[in-house]
Amino acid sequence: MSKSINLTLKVWRQDSPFAKGRFESYKAQNISTDMSFLEMIDVVNEQLTLQHKDPISFDHDCREGICGMCGCMVNGQAHGPEKGTTLCQLHMRHFSNGDTIVIEPWRSRAFKLIKDLTVDRGAFDKIIQAGGYISVNAGGAQDANAIPVPQQNAEQAMDAAACIGCGACVASCPNASAMLFTSAKVSQLALLPQGRPEAARRALKMIQCMDKEGFGNCTNERECEARCPKEISIIHIARMNREYIKAAFGSEET
Amino acid sequence: MQLDGKVPSGPLAQKWDKHRFELKLVNPANKRKFDIIVVGTGLAGGSAAATLAELGYNVKAFCIQDSPRRAHSIAAQGGINAAKNYPNDGDSIWRLFYDTVKGGDFRAREANVHRLAQVSNNIIDQGVAQGIPFARDYGGLLANRSFGGAQVSRTFYARGQTGQQLLLGAYSALSRQVGLGKVTLFTRREMIDVVVANGKARGIVVRNLVTGQLESHAADAVVLATGGYGNVFFLSTNAMASNVTAAYRAYKRGAFFANPCFTQIHPTCIPVHGTYQSKLTLMSESLRNDGRVWVPKNPGDKRAPHQIPESERHYYLEEKYPSFGNLVPRDVASRNAKEQCDQGKGVGDTGLAVYLDFGDAIKRDGRDVIEKKYGNLFHMYEKITADNPYQAPMMIYPAVHYTMGGLWVDYNLMSTLPGLFVLGEANFSDHGANRLGASALMQGLADGYFVIPYTIGGYLCDTQLDAVSDSDAAFKDTERQVKQRIDKLLSINGKRTVDDIHRQLGLIMWDHCGMARNNEGLDKARGKIQQLRAEFWENVKVPGSVSQFNQSLERAGRVADFLEFAELMVSDARARQESCGGHFNEGFQSEENEALRDDENYCHVSSWEYKGDDTEPEFHKEPLEFENVKLTQRSYK
Ligand SMILES: Cc1cc2nc3c(=O)[nH]c(=O)nc-3n(C[C@H](O)[C@H](O)[C@H](O)COP(=O)(O)OP(=O)(O)OC[C@H]3O[C@@H](n4cnc5c(N)ncnc54)[C@H](O)[C@@H]3O)c2cc1C
Ligand code: FES
Repeated sequence: MSKSINLTLKVWRQDSPFAKGRFESYKAQNISTDMSFLEMIDVVNEQLTLQHKDPISFDHDCREGICGMCGCMVNGQAHGPEKGTTLCQLHMRHFSNGDTIVIEPWRSRAFKLIKDLTVDRGAFDKIIQAGGYISVNAGGAQDANAIPVPQQNAEQAMDAAACIGCGACVASCPNASAMLFTSAKVSQLALLPQGRPEAARRALKMIQCMDKEGFGNCTNERECEARCPKEISIIHIARMNREYIKAAFGSEET
Repeated sequence: MQLDGKVPSGPLAQKWDKHRFELKLVNPANKRKFDIIVVGTGLAGGSAAATLAELGYNVKAFCIQDSPRRAHSIAAQGGINAAKNYPNDGDSIWRLFYDTVKGGDFRAREANVHRLAQVSNNIIDQGVAQGIPFARDYGGLLANRSFGGAQVSRTFYARGQTGQQLLLGAYSALSRQVGLGKVTLFTRREMIDVVVANGKARGIVVRNLVTGQLESHAADAVVLATGGYGNVFFLSTNAMASNVTAAYRAYKRGAFFANPCFTQIHPTCIPVHGTYQSKLTLMSESLRNDGRVWVPKNPGDKRAPHQIPESERHYYLEEKYPSFGNLVPRDVASRNAKEQCDQGKGVGDTGLAVYLDFGDAIKRDGRDVIEKKYGNLFHMYEKITADNPYQAPMMIYPAVHYTMGGLWVDYNLMSTLPGLFVLGEANFSDHGANRLGASALMQGLADGYFVIPYTIGGYLCDTQLDAVSDSDAAFKDTERQVKQRIDKLLSINGKRTVDDIHRQLGLIMWDHCGMARNNEGLDKARGKIQQLRAEFWENVKVPGSVSQFNQSLERAGRVADFLEFAELMVSDARARQESCGGHFNEGFQSEENEALRDDENYCHVSSWEYKGDDTEPEFHKEPLEFENVKLTQRSYK
């Protein structure tokens, strides 16, 4: 049943990448527990606007948990307390009347802050540009059923492909590593026959790019897996490492 | 003026091959001399930008989000159609063509639809080659499911995330070209105007959403793939940033707008639950494969669903349409849901919902099978509503979902503004008055991978293109106009927020130009929109400044355009004195309350030309000729 709750928000405010940031407190009153977390911020922003104050900037678009645009730290947890849930799909029924909620942006060297809770995740695009694809031009493909793919492989590839690129893995990792993100793509394509020819090279290029963009190393903390809203498994990191070793020792390219 | 769709002559099935042969080719060495702007990186824009770059053109790609991978296409759930006939159940290119023309209630251009059906198969081949993990059966071959408006299984899918996987496929192709230096990517940019020089589209003005700077970009041709305008209703299943701005600005620069009143209301969405609500969530149509739609037989029956015995349930779709049952097209399913609720048989707190029940399917196939097919959708439903659909039926209600109308394009996908091409949901071309499920993904990718790469070459070969630069007067003038408008928005400093006004506009449109329309309501709506628009320009409050990341300002610009565009929609609906597909005018219905077309007077595309802010738009007709299918009263009984 829906009810109304009152909350205190402590929100990170920062006007620009170079400005000094600070926490500010806001009251969120009469919040219906059926609201989503983002709808709750909408309500606060409407009030701020009418009080001639600057509303809180935050990224969002689909509000269905699929575009990967939303996300911030809620009480120290990426996307908040619920498992397997993006911030836009987190509902206020998981909070209690009187709660104080601390809201901060993703913090990582590779994600530069733009304003308030909005960060630049362009480094993820760079990693994909380095090799997260199969080199095939439009028009040249053979019949889709020419190569059967074991159902199990297709399903595992889909598990990896479910990544929405939100950055929660990086934000949750003590080393700000992008291994889960990168390995999800490497693994998806390595599992499919179409992706095999470039598998080793792909792993190498993407990992090189990941390092260059300033992401940290993986030291098996598993926080990424725990906080991933799509519950992507660290099995993919192991698979990527295998491809990487093949590439590093088996090919001319470094 | 009568519009010429430039449909090639000859038999339907040979038109596209013949046309491709007749189109002039740009020689490979010359392609690199042409610059092409692609606005939008959804399925249509992403695939177009990648493919044009593969061919050798220099491409600049623009999107609003921080990455091309986040375009609204990502949210498509259910699937994509193709005429592969893998299940051997009688499908063919002809049948996909016929179903699409009929589903669109005979208001689409035959030749375009046939081409769409023809290239549909290449899309699936392309997707598999890109590594899209489509669902497969135990033998390792591709699986299919059924969608509304068809009696064959022709829908390919990747769990409930088909749009995501197809978009990530296009995004990977695009990323490859970015890596190769053939595409320059401009993210967090919003196109605010088209630049016209010597009567041709030669560039765009965008706002850099991070710095607030206006930027001009020049090119030899501009491709718009900016999606649909469903957010004119405020509440819709579209992503929050979906807008009409790019298309509407192009309209004001000379591109005609076609059939703006053709909007699709999707029957299976999670019902509205509060005034704070910011958007609506779709539950994929694929659910109607196994879910049964019903309401209590007796109006006002407030018992919980499991307390209502079988004999007191009304499975209205199955009863009324025995051959298609729960899989009737969307417009029919939506209207019937509304009809049941109007009779007081709606369920839930608001009475604006019907049941979608999986009880029988779970009994028949077991929970595991149902979970495998729809697990993520059930999960999403539970997250939003806190109800478990394995135990109790879902509650659903229609919501605005898709816009069939869009910028008018000819067979080459070029608008009436030379050099401006329009792809995907942003154009009007293939779905007539109602789109069948799983056909938008197909159309976006057909346009991007397989149509524009050919037709744009024909334009570039045949056209005298003078050198332009982004410092020319045409660009500076356009930039100045854009700046004036932004300054005005920030200076009003009134008492109502942008969202508040947008929400009010949405209600006007939903009440008068939504699932059912009538002349009186449409006339009323026009006045209300004009009033609201006047109020917006006097009383809106847009905080912050121009030279910063300012999301309120972004929304204000979009809502300002919706407020103008809404009136065009209403005028178009008023001008079409018939019912067809998603356009249901209560004055024109059969005895069984089905949409009643008037083929004698309205078998045409209504296309509107901008004539000035204080002048009525001018109407242009493109008559639709059906040489290959017979116009019939659609029947799904
Ligand atoms: C919830 C949901 C589920 C759906 N499920 C299905 C399905 O199962 N099957 C199916 O066939 N169809 C489905 N559809 C419909 C389908 O997803 C869309 O019609 C289709 O994806 C539109 O693709 P597009 O490329 O034309 O536009 P979009 O994906 O909307 O992309 C628009 C692009 O343009 C950019 N843009 C917009 N305006 C501007 C501007 N002013 N300046 C710069 N850039 C701009 C955006 O940033 C974005 O990159 C679904 C739709 C919804 C809402
Ligand atoms: S807004 Fe798209 S995932 Fe949250």
